[in-house]
Amino acid sequence: MKPAKSSSPKTKANTKAKNTAKADAKSDDILLQMRNIHIKGKSDETWIDIINGVDLELHRGEVLGLIGESGAGKSTLGLAAMGFCRDGCKITEGSISFDGMDLMQLDKNALRELRGRRIAYVAQSAAASFNPSHKLLDQFCEAPLIHNVMSRNKASKYAVDLYNRMNLPFPDVFGLRYPHEVSGGQLQRAMTAMALSCRPDLIIFDEPTTALDVTTQIEVLAAIKDIVKEFNTAAIYISHDLAVVAQMADRIKVLLKGDEVEQAPTEVMLKSPTEDYTKSLWAVREYTRKEQPAVKNETPIISIKGVTAGYHSSVDVLRDVSFDIHKRRTVAVVGESGSGKSTTARVVTGLLPPRIGTVEYQGEALPSSYQARSREQLRHIQMIYQMADTALNPKLRIRDLIARPARMYLGLTGKALDDRVRDLLRMIEMEPDQFIDRLPSELSGGQKQRIGIARAIAAEPTMIICDEVTSALDQLVAEGILKLLDRLQSELDLSYMFITHDLATVRAIADEVVVMKDGLVVEQGIKSKMFKPPHHPYTELLLGSVPEMDPKWLDKLLDSRGKDNLGDAAIAKMNDEGIS
Amino acid sequence: MSKVITMIIKRLGLGILTLLLLSLLIFLSVEALPGDLAETILGQQATPENVAAIRKELGLDLPAYTRYINWLGGILQGDFGNSLALKKPISGLIAPRLQNTLFLTLYTACIAVPLALMLGMVASLFRNSFFDRISNTTALSAISMPEFFVGYVMIYFFALSGYFPSMANINPNTPFFDKLYLCFLPAVTLTLVVTAHMMRMTRAAIINVLALPYIEMANLKGVKPRRIIVHHALPNAVAPIVNVVALNLAYLVTGVVIVEIVFVFPGLGQLMVDGVKFRDVPVVQATALIFATAYVGLNLLADIISTITNPRLMRQR
Repeated sequence: MKPAKSSSPKTKANTKAKNTAKADAKSDDILLQMRNIHIKGKSDETWIDIINGVDLELHRGEVLGLIGESGAGKSTLGLAAMGFCRDGCKITEGSISFDGMDLMQLDKNALRELRGRRIAYVAQSAAASFNPSHKLLDQFCEAPLIHNVMSRNKASKYAVDLYNRMNLPFPDVFGLRYPHEVSGGQLQRAMTAMALSCRPDLIIFDEPTTALDVTTQIEVLAAIKDIVKEFNTAAIYISHDLAVVAQMADRIKVLLKGDEVEQAPTEVMLKSPTEDYTKSLWAVREYTRKEQPAVKNETPIISIKGVTAGYHSSVDVLRDVSFDIHKRRTVAVVGESGSGKSTTARVVTGLLPPRIGTVEYQGEALPSSYQARSREQLRHIQMIYQMADTALNPKLRIRDLIARPARMYLGLTGKALDDRVRDLLRMIEMEPDQFIDRLPSELSGGQKQRIGIARAIAAEPTMIICDEVTSALDQLVAEGILKLLDRLQSELDLSYMFITHDLATVRAIADEVVVMKDGLVVEQGIKSKMFKPPHHPYTELLLGSVPEMDPKWLDKLLDSRGKDNLGDAAIAKMNDEGIS
Repeated sequence: MSKVITMIIKRLGLGILTLLLLSLLIFLSVEALPGDLAETILGQQATPENVAAIRKELGLDLPAYTRYINWLGGILQGDFGNSLALKKPISGLIAPRLQNTLFLTLYTACIAVPLALMLGMVASLFRNSFFDRISNTTALSAISMPEFFVGYVMIYFFALSGYFPSMANINPNTPFFDKLYLCFLPAVTLTLVVTAHMMRMTRAAIINVLALPYIEMANLKGVKPRRIIVHHALPNAVAPIVNVVALNLAYLVTGVVIVEIVFVFPGLGQLMVDGVKFRDVPVVQATALIFATAYVGLNLLADIISTITNPRLMRQR
């Protein structure tokens, strides 16, 4: 590529985008070209492969979606596009050419010149990636100032302009706040604004909405999509969520363990993926278990009656919450962060005694605190946690982890205990001889979660509370866990209280659904009814915010709802109108 | 802002409460010492009548709580009582020595704190480099050597050659620059003793912060390493650093007896040692209380600084 041609990239790319379709863009339109990239990472003194020879090509103004499960090397590849490697990683082979410059040959200072100015990065967790000690505006202005792109004054004005376009509240003074003073969704938009501060040619979006609630995610997606189109910025959009990528990307590349699986324009990729792995990723979302017979008039296993609860002296986190969980049924408790789902679980387990109301077990009121409950009462209600990592004692072997509840609640010892542990391992589809003496650190994420399940069923409970048990897992692994839970339910006559924010999971496993918002139950009923209109406005917002595989979904939604009627704004409107 | 003021008032209140408890503890522990003060003073002339007379004169015949309240009341008015050995008001004895000690402390702090912060930052910037190892090793060796040894080494190299005086015998009338000159060797000796701790904490606190995502973000914005350390890492590492600095400054006020002796420096430490030697109980009590105040006060200051430099505490939602 000749330097003369790249001297006015913006105007050139703009006219190009108008005149020609991206598909037949010419080769001199290529902004980023990565060839045969090999990246290794150091783990316990040995170098292991993270990326094995991936090619990547990006045209000006084009958005490329990078899809894959955790460990696929998406982030590593994204960062490599900036000539950046995390500590303990190195690019061992390949070439990276950005706008005619060979990033592998540039020295540190030259790379630093590029970063933030011509290539910018948007991180997964804006809360962790903003410096807590500086105001948002100062962090916005930093890159323009250190790269001498514009004066502080001009940069501040530009910040206000971008905050405004991103629909941030009070854009004039928004930047005067510290990161902890704004919400997660606002912070993520502020980070996108910050990435745009030097009007870069390329932005790497690294799972920018993964940590957000669905209604918040949609605000951020809309803002990103809008701004990328308007500035004709090229972008690499990294995500494990296909439906999200489908909204954002012109082209999708699928990665698996550091290898490219396939690549195609978004529409093609969604309609007819060629590789089996890609098809399996697509298929996950179609898993649903068979409909359970409706409940007859019988005493529920757990009945939560008019529970109001809160922490310390603060306001009530739960307000008059009531619902029942019947034998062999799964009740999904849905809501966004802060809605009171996990607090409800704490009340049921007795970790948080309610201020008003009771929890009944098979018609009998349970003591409000777990300390006052009998061992038998405790045995009947078990729990599985979101973070299997932190829920398993890292110093105990699998044998001891599973044996403890069996010994404590059922009094098993010696040979009987050992047999029981082996049975339990077989029930969760893990070969006893292979796993019984391992430590949790020697297991994968999905296997750890299975051990969490085995530990819960070791007590032979009648009810299990599953708190976001699949949220931290990849889709394929999560599907396996859901299937296992389903099988155990019919084998052991279990009831589940299934806490989740993911409506796709609800669709897959629930019999009944309880929708919570701000500590209130806004709607409840059997699943088939809940997914059919008419809905409570909040349920409708929640359902409507779940991205679908249709690439036009976001545009259609924006057309029908309007840009100002999404996420926080829509909820605020709802609150103003007194709907709750 | 009002939140910070309430916080400071609360902390001040707690500090005063701590000092009250400490004063009680000091009073009681001196009270628990074996032997009778009056008999000690009189020595061989301790006839029962004389003892009774002295006890009355010193107020030792009063019950303990009355004496405690009288003592405390006096202190609040700046009256620490009279020295038994010198028969003079203690406040007059303490004032010039406290001034000297504070001077030496500030002098040392002015050298040691910037030096430690700089070295810590540079070491974190070039971590695991040659410079990092050398500065670490040197600082550790300095802290490992006994203070009197460092003091005499200083005298050997800098005083015997005539560059600096070996005796830091200052008084309140010594001109400021003469004081700086006279106290140079003790200040350097103390600097060697306290720098290592502060430097290593600075380095460790900054390196801790360097592993956080917002530092990676700063890297990806093209920020230079030096600016990353100073602008992005340091503000978030203030709390642990300030606390270690406060501890070391408190040590400078209270723990420098040996250095004072080596350099014949008229500071508070010597006064206390003399007090113990001559069983001059009121002097011991007074110096102990001043040391306690220094500790409590400096730690309070550290708490306040780490609060006001943290926007998450200053501007809670």
